[in-house]
Amino acid sequence: MIEQLSTIFSYEFMRNALLASMWISLACGIVGTLVVLNRIVSLSGGIAHAAYGGVGLAYYLGQDPMLGALLFSTVSALVMGTAHRKSKTGADTLIGVMWSIGMAVGIIFISLTPGYKANLMSYLFGSILAVSSNDLKLMALIAFVVLAFVILSYRSLLAISYDETFSTVRNVQVNLIYLSMLVLIGLTVVVSMRMVGLILVIALLSIPPAVARVFLKDMRGIMLLSFILSAIFCALGLVISFLTNIQTGPVIILLASTAYLISLLVRQLLTAKRQ
Amino acid sequence: MQNKAVISIKNLWAGYDSDTILEDVSFEMFQEDYVGLIGPNGGGKTTLIRVILGLVKPDRGTISVMGMEPYQGRKHIGYVPQFQVEDKQFPISVWDVVAMGRLRPSIFANFRMSSSDKQAIETALDQTGMLEFRNRTMNELSGGQRQRVYISRALVTEPKILLLDEPTSSVDSHSSTQLYDLLAKLNDHIAILLISHDLTAISTYVKTIGCVNRRLVYSGTKEITSDMLDIAYECPVDLVAHGLPHRVLPSHQEGHQHD
Repeated sequence: MIEQLSTIFSYEFMRNALLASMWISLACGIVGTLVVLNRIVSLSGGIAHAAYGGVGLAYYLGQDPMLGALLFSTVSALVMGTAHRKSKTGADTLIGVMWSIGMAVGIIFISLTPGYKANLMSYLFGSILAVSSNDLKLMALIAFVVLAFVILSYRSLLAISYDETFSTVRNVQVNLIYLSMLVLIGLTVVVSMRMVGLILVIALLSIPPAVARVFLKDMRGIMLLSFILSAIFCALGLVISFLTNIQTGPVIILLASTAYLISLLVRQLLTAKRQ
Repeated sequence: MQNKAVISIKNLWAGYDSDTILEDVSFEMFQEDYVGLIGPNGGGKTTLIRVILGLVKPDRGTISVMGMEPYQGRKHIGYVPQFQVEDKQFPISVWDVVAMGRLRPSIFANFRMSSSDKQAIETALDQTGMLEFRNRTMNELSGGQRQRVYISRALVTEPKILLLDEPTSSVDSHSSTQLYDLLAKLNDHIAILLISHDLTAISTYVKTIGCVNRRLVYSGTKEITSDMLDIAYECPVDLVAHGLPHRVLPSHQEGHQHD
């Protein structure tokens, strides 16, 4: 077993993939907890799909698709987030519209671009095994920014997540914190897109915190456990994917989903026990 | 200070978009006051709270809190919101909820809590008898206990005014009696404004009563005048059912269902 593992990780692309998945797990564990607790999972889905428009545009213009994705995800995060703050129900439609526009724009630009396009599928379904050292640096940077922001503003983040009105009355900078949080979601979505693909990003953002909160009742703890769970899903997914020659992204998501179902069962048992 | 209003509202109109919810409201409240405002659901109680907290701008008229614009004056208001059902899902401890009251406005200024912050939180929890629950999570508490936590959170801001929105809506009657006893004690040094649709509870404990239903009737007494009833309830059946049998209620058209 150990021998097999050392063989697997003797390949540089596997070591890179493992490292990348750790950075992504860190960012997703923290940001995903905020997403789940603020109940903005669908908004995050909107950001992820709007980002695809950026991928297409950048590809068409001959730029790095990651740059395009970063730009689109940030802008769409700010637009949808502002709408969401004004009216939670009204934003729902806008999120759906931007979701589809992002995809449509992406696909149109990609079909306008001549040449070989297999690479672009990787943004839809992920290609962790093709992570470059530049990607790794970007992931590390974003994970670090997310971590630093949450450590520095933890109490404010907790406050606006739990009771926005009270925070406003205390003159906490609710808008600034909320929009910063959305930008972080956008950044995290883009880096995770490299790994599991934008279609499955939402699972990596929402499942680990959903599992973690069954066991923990503290935002900090949920963030940490989400990171650990996510890291386990990713590492395990990488190994299974290597051994079975199945694409990594879907394997990771299936592992996470299985854990989620188990956690639901555990929660049922816990509540049944209490009564 | 004795005669200076802590909240002063003059000829205020407010609402959302073109929908006017409060009409020509005037109201003054002083440091030693304990005011209960009643009114039916949808009558503008929440809007009035939001105007006082500076969350809704008035269309016409003026409002000042501690002689300032609401968005500045609100730092002197200890706001005790109604507990929302969806809040129950949120994983947060009693201590962390009360600690919200010590947040500084600047985003990174809350990295660490000072020892005076911690002291203040302990004192506020002690005042409401919730200190032993400090490490519990909110969803383990009863309705009455949650209200006490919210009152602690308001107290920790060192308020001049306590503003409570339906404080007993999810609280059993025994706990609600305890809650009102606590408020009476706090009223020694804090002005209290309490807004509710439950007349009986309010009328037993507050010093003065007013009614709000689009307009506001408040005369600074504890009498429930027929004026108040006229504006507050289309049909006074609810009042009869809740008590106050000594009041002679003005006759109204029958067959109306309140609420």
